[in-house]
Amino acid sequence: MHRFLEAFFSPHGFRQVFPDVWNGFQTNIRMAILAELLVLAFALAIAVVRGLPGRGAWPLRALAVVYTDAFRGTPLILVAYMLALGLPGLNIHGVSNRSPFVYGVAALTLVYTAYVSEVYRAGIESVHGSQRMAARSLGLSYAQALRYVILPQAVRRVIPPLLNDFVGLQKDTAIISVAGYTGYVAAGVLFIFLTIPLARFTDHLIRERELRERAQAV
Amino acid sequence: MSAAAPAFVQLDEVTKRFGDLVVLKSVDLSVGEHQVVCLIGASGSGKSTLLRCVNLLEKIDEGRIFFDGRELTNGKIDVNALRRNIGIVFQAYNLFPHMTVLQNVTLAPKKVLGHGRRKAEDRARELLHRIGLEEKAEEYPDRLSGGQQQRVAIARALAMDPKLMLLDEITSALDPQLVSEVLNLVRSLTEEFGMTMIIATHEMSFAREVADRVCFLDEGVILEEGPPGQIFSSPNEPRTQEFLARVLAAGRM
Repeated sequence: MHRFLEAFFSPHGFRQVFPDVWNGFQTNIRMAILAELLVLAFALAIAVVRGLPGRGAWPLRALAVVYTDAFRGTPLILVAYMLALGLPGLNIHGVSNRSPFVYGVAALTLVYTAYVSEVYRAGIESVHGSQRMAARSLGLSYAQALRYVILPQAVRRVIPPLLNDFVGLQKDTAIISVAGYTGYVAAGVLFIFLTIPLARFTDHLIRERELRERAQAV
Repeated sequence: MSAAAPAFVQLDEVTKRFGDLVVLKSVDLSVGEHQVVCLIGASGSGKSTLLRCVNLLEKIDEGRIFFDGRELTNGKIDVNALRRNIGIVFQAYNLFPHMTVLQNVTLAPKKVLGHGRRKAEDRARELLHRIGLEEKAEEYPDRLSGGQQQRVAIARALAMDPKLMLLDEITSALDPQLVSEVLNLVRSLTEEFGMTMIIATHEMSFAREVADRVCFLDEGVILEEGPPGQIFSSPNEPRTQEFLARVLAAGRM
């Protein structure tokens, strides 16, 4: 028992490492807040792009889907490794030789944007089609209906799950501090293959619900 | 027919399908300016769909629709501009729940017509006064009764000064005692403003009273149309007789 307490809860050890931990903690908080702000904006953009109507918009939609699938399926630690170890080697001006802080924020933003865009999308889908119809029938454009009618309702509804994701993000800033080994890229690909079928199944369910709602409106 | 100028609202052989389901089958309808046309018929007969085709909420598969001298269905029309002139009120009110009554009524005048806040709000308060809900301007829709919400929805449509109003079973979701307050408002629109309206309704006595013409829809076809006196008193088609007998039996006459 004594050894257990000594190993995990030694007061002396706490005092010794506290300044370092405090510094690291502050860095993590800064990283988390910056990433969260970026995620809020980018994820909303991705969710909106994914919902764009019309055939002409399909390349954009496809891009958004690929992005979401890829980064939702890749463990954060792998993205962090790829950025921190991969980018400096590429010698791209302005991108390589950034600080670990920047890579950390980038990795968190890339991964969490994918998650949060799905949360936003769920919120947008949850606003009943009759709201969009009412807005459009008043003469509002697609964008205006989205901006003034759909998104305000959608965002309000997803605030709890959004916050939940940010708890995760904050915690995951710890992962960023680890670094080392690039062999995980292969593992990442496997993860993606695992998650894509689930993503497509979700899409299928959403489409089915839409069709049902349309049929009822006759 | 084709040589004459189209009526204020005119549907020529309009067909609308949802997948394999044909909701409207080659429907012809014309509505003159200041006329009130009531669409009656069972649920699923195509009344709502017909209304939604007129303001292009639904895209038709065949036929042509004209409104105010222009064809709507040639693909050249600016739908947003068109919809400024056509107000629609839905069965479920569809007010915007995150906005106050005043914001609901002023949104489109501000964003679509570009009216300043002052102008839009003055006009909105005037309309709310007309419908007797001026004191509810700052309330959110969920604090209002169904009848009040529906009156706000009518005011929201009127705020755009439409040339045509489409009413889609606007009393069907209301408690019986709230129906009359909404119908009275609609009645005043026809009497005081001569508003052109197409009304899908289950309220037969109301249709009889306000309509210039009544159309009976059955399985996507206008089976019979005529002045309300004729349709309600001596319908020609067996299907119309059957429908009206059912309505009468249900006490909705």
